[in-house]
Formats: sequence, C-alpha cells, structure tokens
Amino acid sequence: MPKIPVNIDGRALEVDVGRTILDVCRENEIEILTMCHFEGIGDVGACRLCLVEIEGINKLLPACTTKVAANQVIKTQTEKLKKYQKITTELLFAERNHICAVCIADGNCELQDLGYKVGMEHVRFPYLFPKCEVDTSHPWYVMDHNRCIMCVRCVRVCSEVEGAHNWGIMNRGFQVRVISDFNTPWGDSTTCTACSKCVNVCPTGALWSKAAVQGQLVKQPQMVSELVAKRKMNL
Amino acid sequence: MTKKKLATVWLGGCSGCHMSLLDIDERILDVIKLADIVKCPIVDTKEFPEADIALVEGSVTSDEHLHELLHIRKKSRVLIALGDCAVTTNVTGMRNCLTKEEVFNYAYIQAASNDKEGKTPDHPALLKLRDKVVPLQEVVKVDFSIPGCPPSADTIFYVLAELLNDRIPNLAQERKLKYG
Repeated sequence: MPKIPVNIDGRALEVDVGRTILDVCRENEIEILTMCHFEGIGDVGACRLCLVEIEGINKLLPACTTKVAANQVIKTQTEKLKKYQKITTELLFAERNHICAVCIADGNCELQDLGYKVGMEHVRFPYLFPKCEVDTSHPWYVMDHNRCIMCVRCVRVCSEVEGAHNWGIMNRGFQVRVISDFNTPWGDSTTCTACSKCVNVCPTGALWSKAAVQGQLVKQPQMVSELVAKRKMNL
Repeated sequence: MTKKKLATVWLGGCSGCHMSLLDIDERILDVIKLADIVKCPIVDTKEFPEADIALVEGSVTSDEHLHELLHIRKKSRVLIALGDCAVTTNVTGMRNCLTKEEVFNYAYIQAASNDKEGKTPDHPALLKLRDKVVPLQEVVKVDFSIPGCPPSADTIFYVLAELLNDRIPNLAQERKLKYG
C-alpha cells in the first residue's frame, strides 16, 4: 500500500492512501468525537461532530467521510471546533424530548456521554418539544422517536449488515423521522427479521428491548462490529 | 470575612433536589460556617430576600414561578439552576408537546383515579399554568447550572464550597456532570 505524508495537529504522519481522516486519527490516538460513526457500517457524516479544519479549505469537513490526501495539514483540536462540537451537542438535546430521568438508557447512553465530554452544563437554545410517536407495536422492541438523534445507524445496519431494509428515512429538517417499511407500524413489518442489530447499535434510548426496565438497558454494539469483521475473514 | 447569604427556593420540581441538598449531612456545618441560610422552603420568610447565592430548584411552569424567578434574579448575585427541571425542564416539560387543555382534561377528568365529574379547578387564588414549561435560562441569566435528577449531594456541596470560598466551580472539569 503506497504511503502519503499528512500533518495532523502538528504531528507528521505517513499513512496509507485511501483511509479516512477519522481512521487515521483513531489509529494514532488522536481523539475525534463521533456519534453517527459506527465500526463496521458505512459513514454518512450525519452528526457533524467529527468536523476538522484542513489548511487551504475554507469550510470544515467531516473526518469520517473525508479521505486523507498527500501533504494535508489537518487540525482536530482547535477552539473553533470545540465551540461547534458543543453547539452541535446542545442542538441534539434541544431538537427532541430527551428526558434522562425517565429514560431506559439513562447511564448507558452515548448522547449523555457526549454531553459530559463537551462539558455541556445546560442547553443555550430553546427546546423544540416536538410531538413524537412511540411505536410499541413490535412484539419485542420499541422505537421511541422522542429520543432519536437521526444518526441513522439503525437504517444503515439494517440495510448493510442484515440486508433487511426495514428502516428508512422520511421528511426533512426537524420533521425528519426514521420509519419502518412505508411508515407503517414496526410490528406489521414484512421485512424486519427481529435480529436486534438496530437496537444494539442505537446510541440512545430510541430503540430498546421490552425486556429492559428504566435505566437498566444493556446494549451490545460490539456484536455488530465483530460480525462484520468475521464476515471479512478468509476462512 | 463576612458571612455570605445563601437562599434556596423550590419552583416547578418535586423537591428531590432539596432532599439531595440535605444529603450533604454533617457538611451543612461547613456551609453555615461561611453562610447564613436566609431563605429555604422551611424558613418562614414570605418574600425572597437579598442573597449572595440563590439555589433555584425546578422549572418555570406557572405565572407565579415566573414572577418569583424574576424577583429572585433581581435579589441575587449568583443564581444557580439546581437539577434537571431547572436546567432542561425534565419531567415537568413532558407536557410541552400537548396543549394546556389536553393536560387539564387528562389530569382532572379522564385519568382512572378521577370521579369523572368533569371539573377542573379554576379558583382565582390558584396559580395559572403557563402554556409551555421553560427552563430557567430561557427566562433569566443563570450563572451556574447543576444538572442531575437529582444532582448528587457531593456535587451540590462541591459547588457551594467553591462559591463560598470565592472560587469558580467547574463541573465539566471535575467530571461531576450528570444528567438524569
């Protein structure tokens, strides 16, 4: 594999061609915040938390979908980026109804962890308080749109890994929703295989198993990453 | 050093944050060495007095809370939003996606525990609910937020100890942030 030189946060690195900035940073222990990224499924750059500054480019680019190029000078830890990360996090909380005290994922939630990481003490923007549906029609699982942050990990894992294509996306802007089949109840789905991959990769309490009670949800997201890695092995 | 004036108040919340404040146990003695508690839910003062530090629990759910909060802001040097209701509206804000009529209808008429007489209380002496519940920072300038439902006693004591010793607390840096 040919190598190219890049400079990240003042460190001169020799990296493989064709890798994303996020991959290169993770390999070199440079911390990049992510929410929609998930090991084993394709990146879409939805959450905008992994934005980085690249010299000579006058806009911020997501590290997860931008490939490294020769002689790039990349900055990942600037005050400007930290400011945007905090704003993005606050907007994720303000957009829907995240009530940690009554959430099944309380204490086991990637959105909470993100808030702690960026030091969010309160949200500086008005909460939208949208009216969101809770779909309990599936025999084992629940989709609570109040807690969804539109990372669309569920949509991607369902199509890319399970191949069921049950989940899709409807509308745009703040009306955007994850939908089952053609916006029909999840329990009526003719495509869902009830494999639970979406439940396990969901970073918040939006998708959960009816077997869990408040604050006791345990997810096993690594299960999906391991499955993808095993399928790639030449056995 | 003159003693600081500490005041606490309970707006739209469940008083759980005040319970957590009481859970600082014997450390309350350290607090009263440095501060006089001039107002709290069990201090019988009608009007919120001048205070150096005001701990405000709960969200703004009614006209009375709004009036009280604006008054507290004028009287306090440092205003602290105590707990998730004050910071995010939390459970009290769960009615925000409904109309006030829907909320009253459910609470006083439809709920299984009601006698189905269909009467919602409307005495003029009762406080008036606002259409939407808002967190403190949407109404006044908040100097510090302590999220958590409730925030732990250790976290509350940490913030009080820092402020009473003229230091600025930093929950994120101290890894004391907690939601829910």
